[in-house]
Amino acid sequence: MGKVRLDNVWKRFGSNEVIKGIDMEIEDGEFVVLVGPSGCGKSTLLNLVSGLETLSDGDVHIGERKVNDIAPKDRDIAMVFQSYALYPTKTVEENITFGMVTRRVPKEERQKALKEVTDLLHIEMLLDRKPGQLSGGQRQRVAMGRALVRDPEVFLFDEPLSNLDAKLRVEMRTEIKKLHQRLGKTIIYVTHDQVEAMSLATRIAVMDAGTIRQIAPPEEIYERPVDLFVASFIGSPAMALVKGKVVQSDGLKLDVTDEEGTVLFPIPRELTATAKSFLGRELILGLRPESIVKEGEQRGGRQTFAFERRIDVVEPTGPDTLIIFTLGGVEAIARVHPEDKAPVDSMYRFEVDMERAKLFDPETGKRLSASS
Amino acid sequence: MSARQIHGIVRATSPLNTFLRLLLFAILGLFALYYLMPLFVMIATALKPLEEIRTGTLISLPQEPTLEPALRAWDSACVGVRCEGLKPYVWNSMAMVIPAVIISTFLGAINGYALTKWRFRGSDLIFGLMLFGAFIPFQVVLLPMARTLGILGMAGTVPGLVLVHTIYGLAFTTLFFRNFFVGVSDGIVQAAKIDGAGFFGIFFRLMLPMAPPAIVVTVIWQFTQIWNDFLFGVAFTVGDSNPVTVALNNLVASSTGVKEYNVDMAAAIIAAVPTLIVYVFAGKYFIRGLAAGAVKG
Ligand SMILES: Nc1ncnc2c1ncn2[C@@H]1O[C@H](COP(=O)(O)OP(=O)(O)OP(=O)(O)O)[C@@H](O)[C@H]1O
Ligand SMILES: [Mg+2]
Repeated sequence: MGKVRLDNVWKRFGSNEVIKGIDMEIEDGEFVVLVGPSGCGKSTLLNLVSGLETLSDGDVHIGERKVNDIAPKDRDIAMVFQSYALYPTKTVEENITFGMVTRRVPKEERQKALKEVTDLLHIEMLLDRKPGQLSGGQRQRVAMGRALVRDPEVFLFDEPLSNLDAKLRVEMRTEIKKLHQRLGKTIIYVTHDQVEAMSLATRIAVMDAGTIRQIAPPEEIYERPVDLFVASFIGSPAMALVKGKVVQSDGLKLDVTDEEGTVLFPIPRELTATAKSFLGRELILGLRPESIVKEGEQRGGRQTFAFERRIDVVEPTGPDTLIIFTLGGVEAIARVHPEDKAPVDSMYRFEVDMERAKLFDPETGKRLSASS
Repeated sequence: MSARQIHGIVRATSPLNTFLRLLLFAILGLFALYYLMPLFVMIATALKPLEEIRTGTLISLPQEPTLEPALRAWDSACVGVRCEGLKPYVWNSMAMVIPAVIISTFLGAINGYALTKWRFRGSDLIFGLMLFGAFIPFQVVLLPMARTLGILGMAGTVPGLVLVHTIYGLAFTTLFFRNFFVGVSDGIVQAAKIDGAGFFGIFFRLMLPMAPPAIVVTVIWQFTQIWNDFLFGVAFTVGDSNPVTVALNNLVASSTGVKEYNVDMAAAIIAAVPTLIVYVFAGKYFIRGLAAGAVKG
């Protein structure tokens, strides 16, 4: 069984607290992606699960077993490293079978297991080469092969694709997803890449300074981030976070004033009850680029609202064009159809779907929800 | 513009450049001459019969080259009262240098590996202290070491000398291997741990096979140091167990009758040949190893 459970896990390096009491429960067959800024402890957390680092406090369970004092090799895990960590003096075949040789698996069994993974990963023609004679993508495959051949209950991936070029990364991403669907094994996966996280995960865990801010399915992380940190970390380009003041003017409004004038954003309907208690105080309005479009383009938006701003920069990306403008002193981005673009410095009428806008309490950083 | 680059050679472009170029070569040639002169004198003298040395000049070429002095130096010249040439002492040196090099290189490799890949509390401090050992002038340790060897019952023996050289070589061998292994990705060790390999499994199956550049550098360094050592040899061995460096000194100093310069020179060459051989065979790896250490990082 590939369940993984962390109970109040702490890791300290000397006086430096790197993991600060993490609780997490991962079901058998889940694909959990850890994301977070550099240095927040993702690799350390992974190493605590693999046993390469020892716990300072707390418990780690894999399956039904408490593995606190069990060596990495006996934890029924396999790991793929960012640098691949292939054994440079060994051939591809020896790299893949190294673990089995160490465990004295009989030769026939080794050959059978080797054949299975080489077929799966299409690396049979590489078996006699040394890692130095492989391309990045091939090394990546061999590293995966070395992990797959162990047939563990839990796979741990530490930024496995970050050394590949963009095209290969997309290919390998799909392959990893296929592998997961096919093998159904639990995977814990660290990445810096938003798209990777969104497209692979069954759940994403957003980490910050040794804690988990939110762990939830990708759509929920994206649509209902718990706080400003998660909201600004997930999504690319990032969500614009605009400060405004709650005022009463023909209904509850958020007053965003800058040198170009005042915009009165209507408070999202379902949040009016909650926002009422902020009357006269500040709230932060979160707008994702795709919820800001050209006026009149919003289809199916239930609570649209239009305003006008001067265009700072126009960035075509292919399918969409990004229009960057300033709102309430911060940079905001609209995602419009390429044919809707306009010259820089001209005035542009944007439209937002307030149903999809988010509001945050600037003091606690928490997102306002209908019930709170 | 006539500056051309052919196979990396930049040609002089103006008369001034040509002049400077010639000056450069003249100076370099002078230095080379200065360096090679003693070698020439040594080889020339070693090939001359005694008669020619007495009549000719120092830098004249041998008129009737002979290997007689070399043979005498090898097995019949007198070292002290023993007249068997340098031969027994060359074997002494071999018996000292081979185990000392192997053991100190091996231990240095394990140290370097442990200090970089199995870091523990205080490992940096330990490395610092070991490094300190590389800077201790050896004269300082002569007396304590002599006492230690005495207690161990190894005073005046070749194994005693092996022990001394192994211990004092460790600082350098550890340094060489530490610097090499520090550049080896920790991920390899982590992957191997997950694959079930232990401390020595990882060392012998993964780390040593990667380390030939470091091994070559260390072996050459240790071989030269130990073979050429005089101080420990003269301090910790007696008579029959002397290494060749000490024997050479005694041979030159043994003045019974006429001073045989040709035999002295031949003996000096014999004493120097093994290190030369090591350089000839492994020198290019030495340079490569040093360079690799510099860029690997
Ligand atoms: N062996 C160690 N000794 C001391 N501090 C360490 C050690 N390993 C990691 N740290 C510290 O722990 C913190 C978290 O490191 P970790 O490698 O887990 O970050 P990360 O989230 O994986 O970052 P990145 O995204 O850059 O890989 C860092 O501040 C790092 O300096
Ligand atoms: Mg990391």
